[in-house]
Amino acid sequence: MATPNTPLWEVFIRSRNGLAHKHVGSLHAADTTLALQAARDIYTRRGEGLSIWVVPSSAITASDPAEKGMMFGPAQSKIYRHPTFYDVPEEVGHM
Amino acid sequence: MYTQALNNSEAEDRHIEDAARAAQFQARIDADERIEPNDWMPAAYRKTLTRQISQHAHSEIVGMLPEGNWITRAPSLRRKAALLAKVQDECGHGLYLYAAAETLGTSREELVDQMLAGKAKYSSIFNYPTLTWADIGVIGWLVDGAAIMNQIPLCRCSYGPYARAMIRVCKEESFHQRQGFEIMLTLSRGSEEQRAMAQSALDRWWWPVLMMFGPPDSASQHSDTSTKWKIKRFSNDELRQKFVDATVPQAHYLGLAIPDAGMKRDPTTGHWQFSAIDWDEFKQVLAGNGPCNRDRIAARRKAHDEGAWVPEAAAAYAEKRKQRAVARAA
Repeated sequence: MATPNTPLWEVFIRSRNGLAHKHVGSLHAADTTLALQAARDIYTRRGEGLSIWVVPSSAITASDPAEKGMMFGPAQSKIYRHPTFYDVPEEVGHM
Repeated sequence: MYTQALNNSEAEDRHIEDAARAAQFQARIDADERIEPNDWMPAAYRKTLTRQISQHAHSEIVGMLPEGNWITRAPSLRRKAALLAKVQDECGHGLYLYAAAETLGTSREELVDQMLAGKAKYSSIFNYPTLTWADIGVIGWLVDGAAIMNQIPLCRCSYGPYARAMIRVCKEESFHQRQGFEIMLTLSRGSEEQRAMAQSALDRWWWPVLMMFGPPDSASQHSDTSTKWKIKRFSNDELRQKFVDATVPQAHYLGLAIPDAGMKRDPTTGHWQFSAIDWDEFKQVLAGNGPCNRDRIAARRKAHDEGAWVPEAAAAYAEKRKQRAVARAA
């Protein structure tokens, strides 16, 4: 009696002009047209968006959370990449 | 809407796991970190959450039935538009929640089938009938009000996808409660018959609504694990008391009487003390013997079976288009 598994899509919405599309959730739909329509009905019932992207979840490649140390660790020691690393005398004012 | 503390996590599932990983997991929880789908988690955590989130999703979907009953008979276009929007929201909430549950590794189809087979629970409150239009007012005001009390702490639950779904749900929920209260206000300021209808609906729903918070703390052995995992942040009794304290003054404003002759305000704590809840009734409803249990499941099965052609047709159409695209490319 189990119905066939319908593909999973990730939904991204641009809430205002000038902002990036942001991930809001996922849904099941048979094809792109139905995925867009379902995204409209599920995620924008109160005018939350100006534009919707739907992406098949299977098309997303994700980093492995277990390897986050190896992945992001190297950036942590490079504090010289931040402006606050550098001293500017107070007399110079805002820079 | 509509989570319910059923507190029946299975102690027997807690088999031995890698102690170091389990300790690391608990340390993350204690540091208020969010757990995400691909993170390691104890099997019992996964199982507890799958059950809780899917029960919550089923409740949203079954919860459409008692209200859907009144869409065609709403007393005005304004009320009808609002009720339609509310029922549509409940469907949306069900979908957010199924999506959150699926991230734990069980497909929506499987979860829905568990509900249709009677193996998964949904909130006991939806096994009560909506006899009059005033019941729609009471559902919005009290059932959604109780659901909000339950759901606001869940916005900070340790499992990321569930917490995020709850934030969306809570944002939408407050319209539901206000539209219900407005219905009650109109009826309670209306004719004698309307006032009586409002009072009768409150009389019928009050106790079942208090049961929505789940068994008393003294009777629930399992909430300690959920608390330790930061799935549950307040006990059933704490939330129930908070709800009663918030609701009694609203009932007074409506000029309606809470159907509890023994209710009184504790002068020292300021809390409203209520009489004993009939937990036998709660157990009976959970066991399938409430006024509408069989109707609800029958209605869900009918909708599922009669609507089965829709996903089938959509899948067939998607497949046909894919084949054509392949043929064109060749």
